[in-house]
Amino acid sequence: MNRKYELVYVVSPDATEEQVTDLHTQVEAICQRLNGQIEKTDNWGRRKLAYEIGAHKEGTYVVEYILGSGELMKEIDRRLKVSDLVIRHLVVRVDEEEGVVERTRARRTVTSQRRRIARGLPPDRAPGEGQRGDGDDDRDDRFDGPEVER
Amino acid sequence: MNGRRSGPTGGRGARKGADAKAKDGQRRPMFRRRKMCKFCVDKIDDINYKDAKLLLPFVPERSKILPRRISGTCALHQRKLRTAIMRARQLALIPYTSD
Repeated sequence: MNRKYELVYVVSPDATEEQVTDLHTQVEAICQRLNGQIEKTDNWGRRKLAYEIGAHKEGTYVVEYILGSGELMKEIDRRLKVSDLVIRHLVVRVDEEEGVVERTRARRTVTSQRRRIARGLPPDRAPGEGQRGDGDDDRDDRFDGPEVER
Repeated sequence: MNGRRSGPTGGRGARKGADAKAKDGQRRPMFRRRKMCKFCVDKIDDINYKDAKLLLPFVPERSKILPRRISGTCALHQRKLRTAIMRARQLALIPYTSD
């Protein structure tokens, strides 16, 4: 059974770069042993923590996207719990949630296309058509002082 | 306020101005702008716990989760928002409390 998981762990700020990569290879080794696979790894680098954990105010965040079984994640969870370098970690199963997101997105495009056809418009919205978002407001014609040539 | 869209806390400011002429017990009906769910308006389907920037407006000063009656978030998205905030708190992306 292949499931999709996200693993985030916060490494202590005292750890060297080497130790962080070492931790990553450890996780990878467990994955290989239990027929898992790491899809992607994201290193956010050093970030300030929202609250102090122990004596730490900062931490290195690493995100791993893992394909594998529940047993694999259990093993990783156990290993990270034991590790002294990791000050926080979180495992989240994401495949079901992703499916829901995709379905709602698909449903929305279908409804909007149906409604547009019912109104006698082409099914897809042309660029620049409809309500303008906050981001693309380039039509800024506010008066902000006379233009003076110098 | 730009008048088109009110932010998560926009509902509070919206009652101003309506009671400018309300005196001597002569009450005008209070006018409030209808609050809209931010996630429905912006079409954000996936409320991700890793995106602290998205979640922060929903945890004001005391870092408590902003109730639906104030933020205007719809029930579905409030539920998703809650799990996202709780996960982000575990990872110290968002504080549990602050003073």
